[in-house]
Amino acid sequence: MSTHIVDYDEAVDRWDPVLGLEVHVELGTRTKMFDGAPASFGAEPNTQTTPVSLGLPGALPVVNRTAVESAIRIGLALNCEIAESCRFARKNYFYPDVPKNFQISQYDEPIAHDGHLDIELADGTVFRVEIERAHMEEDAGKNTHVGGETGRIHGADHSLVDYNRAGVPLVEIVTRPITGAGERAPEVARVYVQTLRDIFRTLGVSEARMERGNVRADVNVSIRPEPGAPLGTRSETKNVNSLRSIEQAVRFEISRQAAVLESGGTVIQETRHWHEDSGTTSQGRVKSDAEDYRYFPEPDLMPIVPDRAWIEVLRAGLPELPAVRRRRLQREWGWSDVEMRDVANAGALSLVHGTVELGAAPAAARKWWMGELSRVANAGGVELEDLPVSVAQVAQLAALVESGDLTDNLARQVLDGVLAGEGDPQQVVEARGLKVVSDDTALLRAVDEAIAANPDVAAKIRGGRVQAIGSLVGGVMKATRGQADAARVRELISQRLGI
Amino acid sequence: MSTISRHEVVRVAALARIELTEAEIDRLAGELAVIAAAVARVSEVATPDVPATSHPIPMWNVMRDDVPVEPLPVDEILAAAPEAFEGRFAVPQILGEDA
Amino acid sequence: MTELTRLTAAALAAALRAGEVSSVEATRAHLDRMAEVDGAYHAFLRDNAADALAAAAVVDAARMRGEDLSPLAGVPIAVKDNIVTRGLETTAGSRILAGWIPPYDATLVTKLRAAGMPILGKTNLDEFAMGSSTEHSAYGPTRNPWDVTRIPGGSGGGSAAAVASLQAPLAVGSDTGGSIRQPAAVTGTVGVKPTYGGVSRYGLIALASSLDQIGPVARNVEDAAILHEVIGGHDPRDSTSLPDAVAPFADAARHGDVRGMRVGVVLELGGEGYQDGVRASFEAALDLLRDAGAEVVEVSCPSFDFALAAYYLILPAEASSNLARFDGMRYGLRVEPKDGPVTAERVMAATRGAGFGDEVKRRIILGTHALSAGYYDAYYGSAQKVRTLIQRDFTAAFAAADVLVSPTAPTTAFRFGEKIDDPLAMYLNDVATIPANLAGIPGMSLPSGVSGDGLPVGFQILAPAHEDIRLYRVGGVLERALEARWGGPLLDVHGVNGAAE
Repeated sequence: MSTHIVDYDEAVDRWDPVLGLEVHVELGTRTKMFDGAPASFGAEPNTQTTPVSLGLPGALPVVNRTAVESAIRIGLALNCEIAESCRFARKNYFYPDVPKNFQISQYDEPIAHDGHLDIELADGTVFRVEIERAHMEEDAGKNTHVGGETGRIHGADHSLVDYNRAGVPLVEIVTRPITGAGERAPEVARVYVQTLRDIFRTLGVSEARMERGNVRADVNVSIRPEPGAPLGTRSETKNVNSLRSIEQAVRFEISRQAAVLESGGTVIQETRHWHEDSGTTSQGRVKSDAEDYRYFPEPDLMPIVPDRAWIEVLRAGLPELPAVRRRRLQREWGWSDVEMRDVANAGALSLVHGTVELGAAPAAARKWWMGELSRVANAGGVELEDLPVSVAQVAQLAALVESGDLTDNLARQVLDGVLAGEGDPQQVVEARGLKVVSDDTALLRAVDEAIAANPDVAAKIRGGRVQAIGSLVGGVMKATRGQADAARVRELISQRLGI
Repeated sequence: MSTISRHEVVRVAALARIELTEAEIDRLAGELAVIAAAVARVSEVATPDVPATSHPIPMWNVMRDDVPVEPLPVDEILAAAPEAFEGRFAVPQILGEDA
Repeated sequence: MTELTRLTAAALAAALRAGEVSSVEATRAHLDRMAEVDGAYHAFLRDNAADALAAAAVVDAARMRGEDLSPLAGVPIAVKDNIVTRGLETTAGSRILAGWIPPYDATLVTKLRAAGMPILGKTNLDEFAMGSSTEHSAYGPTRNPWDVTRIPGGSGGGSAAAVASLQAPLAVGSDTGGSIRQPAAVTGTVGVKPTYGGVSRYGLIALASSLDQIGPVARNVEDAAILHEVIGGHDPRDSTSLPDAVAPFADAARHGDVRGMRVGVVLELGGEGYQDGVRASFEAALDLLRDAGAEVVEVSCPSFDFALAAYYLILPAEASSNLARFDGMRYGLRVEPKDGPVTAERVMAATRGAGFGDEVKRRIILGTHALSAGYYDAYYGSAQKVRTLIQRDFTAAFAAADVLVSPTAPTTAFRFGEKIDDPLAMYLNDVATIPANLAGIPGMSLPSGVSGDGLPVGFQILAPAHEDIRLYRVGGVLERALEARWGGPLLDVHGVNGAAE
């Protein structure tokens, strides 16, 4: 049965959407939240556990100071109040990837609360997202479902559990209901998460790579007849793993809920699954005891009372946050608002900045990332940052063009080589022999051959038909397999023909 | 008056993932009704002005440095597993929500 | 060889230091004793013979080399089976952990090994330490060496019986509401619950996290003190662990003096519900303290009337959460449902249904209910408030007295089956011991004599938090006075283990 949806534009014309976003960020600490097991990515299954993260009988948690520090810094970056005193709490529920069958989290005493984040949309509008809280908790292990037709959870025979991730520190950031976005709600959701991601990286608290699950978003959507009306019933969509998906999921949910309400139905409060392939959400299994987590203060952990002086030291030590950095770079680079915004909206700012820091001119860096590389990323359906090319490599490429060793044309071929994994630009140049032929002797030889091979064209040119020079240039370019600077070739032909 | 009816025992047993026989449910409901009535008297003295104590000996800011320790040997932990496969714990089909 | 098992731990340690006996000999003597008598008592769930003898040999060799050794080096010890021992099965007295071999040691065990104390075996307990009689062990009860038709107390009946029957000179237990102290009382031994956080809980299979403590079980106050010094101290792996340095408990036990001390009798921990013989023994002990120069005063702690109710809310609530991890997924028992789909949820339910005993199920259900949405404030929330009131009462009482005293338990050892069908009646055994756990303060039970029924009676001493040393001071003085009256240690005088050869 396919889900009925209403055309999106009609839906937002008739309904006012309200969003709630819960973003989880995995901290990049060396060890887990409550024990000293290593927290690195990609280890063999179950090789990064201690009795604590495996939830063995008798094990006890001990708080990771660096994780607390990161949580505070995130709170400060989001303009939050840092709690005078906060405790951990147990969230009790049974699930095989939760080894204690409870998660240590924070309930009514989050470490940070009442903040806000101003985000900039594509057209430059600044939108304020109110932040209710940010709290610390531990991650669960990873289930792999095996067997069944599709290997997915429905129809799986059994699951295999890896507890390497169990206990990794998470900070969960919860917004207040986001109102007033109107038809821009999908964009607001995407830009909010993107902005958070940039902040996490700038702070250095996480690599914040969504495709690795470092940043995860739960998207809550409800609609109401008009602004100010009581909030509608919301749905929650989990398993939304990319910025694109967040935007699409919001869009879909608004359309779906509009269809439900307009056909006289009611929206069910439920958790829905996001399907990347079809761009739709589907109903999840409804749990009867879903809400009774029986929270109580974690008796094995003592309250955290962040010293006020320490907080001020952390606040003073915060790096320049992305929004501030943007304004500064725009000034330094002399770009227009539109130029800057295009780069930021494409998620390319850090990449461009990194390239510039390695010596490239801002305009050149922008040209590569927003031009050729964006084209490749879009064609492959991936984010720019996921392309197999580094800022160092782009900087090297720009330097080669700058020095005249490569023409734009040649540079594009070199870039193809880099993306194909053939190595750094310099290596690709050498391997493929793509260097610009700058030796005039060799060029003159080619020029003379071209002139000799096309006497009538040469005559035309001498006779005043200068435009015909193009075909001679083309001939030389062909003979040098494109490795000549076309402008120089033209100069030499003109010299030889005495014009 | 007790808050633990037979119906409540069934609900809570499901919440706590404990399979009970009908006879057990009946017996527990009876026993727990008595116990619950006895312990309910705590609310008599638990007035709003009295703060709750969750930790008997007050301490705070007990934390550790972000320094790795030797993890458990994977063979030893999997040896205790009822079922293991390719380095992971094998558990039966999960019907709940995707994590 | 039989003589070795009659030595106190202090005397055995001295003999070892003097080279009069080796640890291998001492350990073997106790293992032989276990083989000889434990069929009758079932204090142990399993022995650790090979490992114990190997550890003993290592200590003997180190002593030969003249190395600096711990005060109790070479003295064997028994460990309650809810304390995790690497490579040695640990069951917590439950079917759900049958056959579980832990991959790590509790901090306590690490300390015992470092101190060169061979571990004789794991002792029996009520399942997951829930009980006051050891009748709730899934592996059968332990019998009181004083009278095998009677319970040895609980939950740590195994450790107390092992020490009382001379199978071990020392043991370690855990105390959540009296599980060290009450068995000590009914077996004529000494048991101590340290200040909460005084001994590391890392590796103690948790029952109620805010109430549990590990503590020493011994035949006399000095032995308990020496052991307490070995096992106490800060542990960075336990966030609730106290930063306090270990105090000179043994010295206080040997040389303590109560002149000028104010001993407070808690009115609410006595009176109705306490056996006549128990009260008489208690009063007689108070007289001895007066003779030794202490001033006996009366104090009232009205909130103690609510202690049992608060305890039987806090414990089940925390336990219901602590025991959630036993689900058949990662270790221990796994049971599949008899019919229907084999899903994780149904396997968990079937495993827990089959693996947990009645008392455990009772408390998990009660605790889950108490934490449930809508019930939290009335139950768990209120119980935590009663806790505050109890702490306040103790604070006021300790302003008027240096230590507080009471009978440890209302009755002497009752017979098997007497209270098993009446949970509330069973819970009442802990009425005198529970307040200390709620407040986190330390407590000791030592024998004050025997009752008219020929069974031992326990005398409880309580001290303010961090003041465990007062227990040993007062306990030492009282024990010396009592033994002078009896003509020797209680266990010897009453021939519990037969006349000395």
